[in-house]
Amino acid sequence: MELSSEDNNLTEKVLPPIEQESDVELETTVKKYLRGEGADLETLKDKKLKTQLASREKLYGKSAKTAAKIEKWLLPAEAGYLETDGLEKTWRVKQTDIANEVDLLSSRNQYDIVLPDFGPYKLDFTASGRHMIAGGRKGHLALVDMMSMNLIKEIQVKETVRDVAFLHNEQFFAAAQKKYAYIYGRDGTELHCLKERGPVSRLRFLKNHFLLASVNKSGQLHYQDVTYGGMVASIRTGKGRTDVMEVNPYNGVVALGHTGGTVTMWKPTSQAPLVQMQCHPGPVSSVAFHPNGHLMATSGKERKLKIWDLRKFEEVQTIHGFHAKTLSFSQKGLLAAGTGSFVQILGDSSGGSSSHNYSRYMNHSMVKGYQIEKLMFRPYEDVIGIGHSMGWSSILIPGSGEPNFDSWVANPFETSKQRREKEVHLLLDKLPPETIMLDPSKIGAMKPSRRKEKQSREEIEAEKEVAIEAAKSTELKKKTKGRNKPSKRTKKKKEMVENAKRTFPEQGHNNTASKKRRIGEDAAAELPASLKRFARKN
Amino acid sequence: MKIKTLSRSVDEYTRERSQDLQRVFHNFDPSLRPMEKAVEYKRALTAAKLEKIFARPFVGAMDGHRDGVSCMAKNPNYLKGIFSASMDGDIRLWDISSRRTVCQFPGHQGAVRGLTVSTDGNVLVSCGTDCTVRLWKVPRPTLEDSSVSSENFIEPAAEYVWKNAFWAVDHQFEGDLFATAGAQLEIWNHNRASPVQSFQWGTDSVISVRFNPGEPDILATSASDRSITIYDLRMSSAARRIIMMTKTNSIAWNPMEPMNLTAANEDGSCYSFDGRKMDEAKCVHKDHVSAVMDIDFSPTGREFVTGSYDRSVRIFPYNGGHSREIYHTKRMQRVFCVKYSCDATYVLSGSDDTNLRLWKAKASEQLGVILPREQKKHEYNEAVKNRYKHLPEVKRIVRHRHLPKPIYKALGIIRTVNDSKRRKEDRRRAHSAPGTIVTKPLRQRRIIKEVE
Repeated sequence: MELSSEDNNLTEKVLPPIEQESDVELETTVKKYLRGEGADLETLKDKKLKTQLASREKLYGKSAKTAAKIEKWLLPAEAGYLETDGLEKTWRVKQTDIANEVDLLSSRNQYDIVLPDFGPYKLDFTASGRHMIAGGRKGHLALVDMMSMNLIKEIQVKETVRDVAFLHNEQFFAAAQKKYAYIYGRDGTELHCLKERGPVSRLRFLKNHFLLASVNKSGQLHYQDVTYGGMVASIRTGKGRTDVMEVNPYNGVVALGHTGGTVTMWKPTSQAPLVQMQCHPGPVSSVAFHPNGHLMATSGKERKLKIWDLRKFEEVQTIHGFHAKTLSFSQKGLLAAGTGSFVQILGDSSGGSSSHNYSRYMNHSMVKGYQIEKLMFRPYEDVIGIGHSMGWSSILIPGSGEPNFDSWVANPFETSKQRREKEVHLLLDKLPPETIMLDPSKIGAMKPSRRKEKQSREEIEAEKEVAIEAAKSTELKKKTKGRNKPSKRTKKKKEMVENAKRTFPEQGHNNTASKKRRIGEDAAAELPASLKRFARKN
Repeated sequence: MKIKTLSRSVDEYTRERSQDLQRVFHNFDPSLRPMEKAVEYKRALTAAKLEKIFARPFVGAMDGHRDGVSCMAKNPNYLKGIFSASMDGDIRLWDISSRRTVCQFPGHQGAVRGLTVSTDGNVLVSCGTDCTVRLWKVPRPTLEDSSVSSENFIEPAAEYVWKNAFWAVDHQFEGDLFATAGAQLEIWNHNRASPVQSFQWGTDSVISVRFNPGEPDILATSASDRSITIYDLRMSSAARRIIMMTKTNSIAWNPMEPMNLTAANEDGSCYSFDGRKMDEAKCVHKDHVSAVMDIDFSPTGREFVTGSYDRSVRIFPYNGGHSREIYHTKRMQRVFCVKYSCDATYVLSGSDDTNLRLWKAKASEQLGVILPREQKKHEYNEAVKNRYKHLPEVKRIVRHRHLPKPIYKALGIIRTVNDSKRRKEDRRRAHSAPGTIVTKPLRQRRIIKEVE
C-alpha cells in the first residue's frame, strides 16, 4: 500500500495531459461503480454512528476505484466498432463490406436459414447468447447451439405457435400454441401444459423471479412461478386484446402496449397498472426497453418511433418515417427497428447519459419477399437475429454486444457442471414477486418518517372552530311519530358541539401553572419572617 | 473504414487440460446485474435462515462431580484444561477435548468457594468455607494424559488455615500475590502462611474479588453491603467505592479495555462501569430475569458471558443493552459459574446439577478446518445479513430464540410492570408543573451513592 502511494506521488509530479484526461474518464467510471450518492453525514449528531458511516463510505470509495481500474486495465476484450472516414456514412456500409473486413469466425455469424414452409419465425436467446430457440408459425420448434451452429433438437407440434421463450437456461423453453402454452424440455419432450392461461399471444420470462408472464387473447395478464407451478397473479387489464408485451430487465415490470395508444406497466402484486402512458395517437405496435432501465422505445402505426425517459416519463426523441413492427435494444444501447424487409439500426450519437440522440447507424434490407417478424440482438455478440417469414437470418452489427461477460452472471462457455451449479444458485437467489417495483433501489431504504409538527395554539384554535362549525351545521334526521320535539333537537345539537370541543384538550394549562408559581412567589414575599420557612421552595 | 467485431476464440476462454481449473472472467459492471439490492436482500434472508438451521451450540457435558459446581478457573497457558470445584470440596482438572477428568485435588472439607490459577500456570489456589486456603502444584500436561483413564490425586503443596470462611479468591496478573475475600479483603503471598496485607471497611463480608488485567496492583471487590470497591494495593484504603441498590455477585474486568469493569448484580442486570468514574454506569445490560451469578469476558473484549440463577447462560455484547444469545437446557439447573474459553470459541457453564457444560460461543459456527472458499462464504453471509438486519423479515428471523416457559412468562410480567410504571410516570409528569418530576437515567438510578 505504501509503495503504491509513493509511486502515485512520483507520477503526480510529471503528469502528461493524456494521463489527466484518463483521470477524468476514471472519475466517470468510479461514479458508475459507486451506485448513487453517498450518505449525508453532516446532519448526524451521533458521533459513533458518524465515524462508523464515514469509514464505510471510505471503503465504498476504495472498492469503486479498484473496480474502475479493473475495467480500464484488466478486462480481456474490447468492444466492436464501425468507423468511417471522410464523406462515407456508416449506414451505407453493407453486410458484404463488413464480411470482407472481418475475421473468419465473425463472418460465420452472417447467414440466412431459409425455411419457407413453416411460416414467420419468432426467436429467443438464452441469457448467455449461446442457445437460440426458433418457433415457426406453422408449428416448427428448433433449438440451436449458436456457437457450433448445431441443431440440438427440432420438433413439429402441428399447431400454430405464436411465441417462444426460454426459461432460466437452455434446458427448458415455453411455446405459446393454438389453445394453450406448453413447456418443453431440451430433448423436445412436452413437460407441462399450462391450461389456466388460455390462448396465449406473448410469453416472456422474468429471470430473477422465475416468473413466466404471458398475455392472452382476452387481454389477461398471467404470472406463474415455474419452480413450483403456482399462478402468482392473473390480472384482467380491462384494455382489450393486445400482443405487445415486453419486460423491463432493470426492474422486472411488464409493459403492455394497447390499441388505444397507451402503454401500461404492471407488477404481479397489484390489480391496477403502475403507470399508464399515452404514447401514440394510434395503436402501439412495439415496445422495447434499454438494459439500464431508463429508456423505452415505442413505435406506433402512425409511422413514428418515440424514445421515452422512464425516470420522468417524458418523451426524449421522436423519429419519423417508418412503421417499426418490431424493436429491440442491444446491450450497448443500439436500437434495432424492423419494418417489412428492412432493418434499421439506430445508435446514440451523444455520449452523455442525460441527453439522447438516436440517429441512423446501419441499415440492412433483406430480399423483397421476406417479412420481418422479430428482431433480437444476441447477448455478448455483435450479432442481431432476424426472424422472418421465410426462416431466420443473422447479420453483424459492430459495437452492439457487451465484450466482457462475467462468468457468474452469464457464461457462453459453460460446461454442464457449471450450468447445474448456476441453476442451484439461481434458485437460491430467486426473488419473491413482491420485490418487483418501479424503483428497485428502494429495497432496504428507510421510509421517511412523517413527524407531525406540534401545532401552535392558533392552529389548534382554528381547528377547533372548524370542528364546532361542522358540528353545528350537521343536519339532523327528521324524526316522525312525535319524536321530533324542538327541545330534543336543541339538546342533541348541544351534545354534538360539546363532543367536538372535547376532542381538543384545554389550552389553559401553561397559564395556570405559571400563575400558580407567581402566586407562590408573591406569597413568600408577603409572609412574616417566622413563617418564611413554610413558603414553597422553587 | 475501420471495422471490428467481437470474436472470441474458444481456446482463450476454456481450459487447456482437464487437470486445469476452469477459467473465470469477471466484469463488475452494475448494468449486468439488475435488481442487485433485491438479490442481496434475498441472500440476507437465506443467510439468516441458514444460521438458524446450523445453530447447534451445545457441544457436550462433563460429568463427574457429586455436588453442584461452585466455581471454575481457566489456565491461561493451557487451552484444553479447566479447573472446577464443587460444593463438597471436590476439585478437578478436566481435559475439554475428551471431556474427562485428568486429575483430582482432594482435601477441602467443605464447599470450595474460589479457584484461581497463577499467571504462569503452575500454582492452583483454592479457598473454601472450611477457612483454609490451599495451594496446589498443577501437573504438566503430557501427551499420554488424554488417553490414560487413571486419575491422579494430587497432594496440596501448601495449606493455610485462617480465622474465617472464604468467599472468593483471585490471583494477581503479573505477580505472586493473591487476594481472598472473606470477612475482610486479604492479600497473601505464596510463601507466607498469613496475609501480607488486609483491607477492612465496615462489618460486612466481601463476596467477590477480581484483579485488573492491565494494572497489577488494582483490584475490584464487591461486598454484601451492596457496594463495589476498587482497591489499590499501594494505598492503605479503598480508591473508589459505590453503593448500589442490590448486591453484586461477581465482577469482571474487560481484558482489552482494562479500565472498564462489568458487575453482575442480584437484580438480574449487569452494569458496566468505567473504573475511573464510578458515579454512573456506562451501560446497563438487562435480559436475565433472576440474579446473575457469574460473569466472564471474552479475550477479545467484545463480549461477555453471564450465568444466572434463572437456569440460563446469556452472551452480551460489551456495549449493548440486550443479549445476543441465550443458552438453556431442561437439564441445566441454576448456573453458578461461567467461563469464556481463552480462544474465544467456547463458553463453559457450571451449574447446580453437578455438570459442566461446553457450548459454542457462536451457535452456528462451523468448527474444525474451514476451506478458504467456505470462509469467504461465511464472511459474505455475515456481512449481507448485517446490512439488511433492520428489515422486518430478516430481523424477525435473526432475533428469534426459543425461551423456556418460566423465563418467557417472567419476561412478560417484567415488561407489563415496566410499562405500567412508565405510564404512571408519564401521567404524573403530564399533570404536574414541568420540571418538577425528573427521572434519573437507569445508568444512575441503581447507584445509591458514591462514598469516599
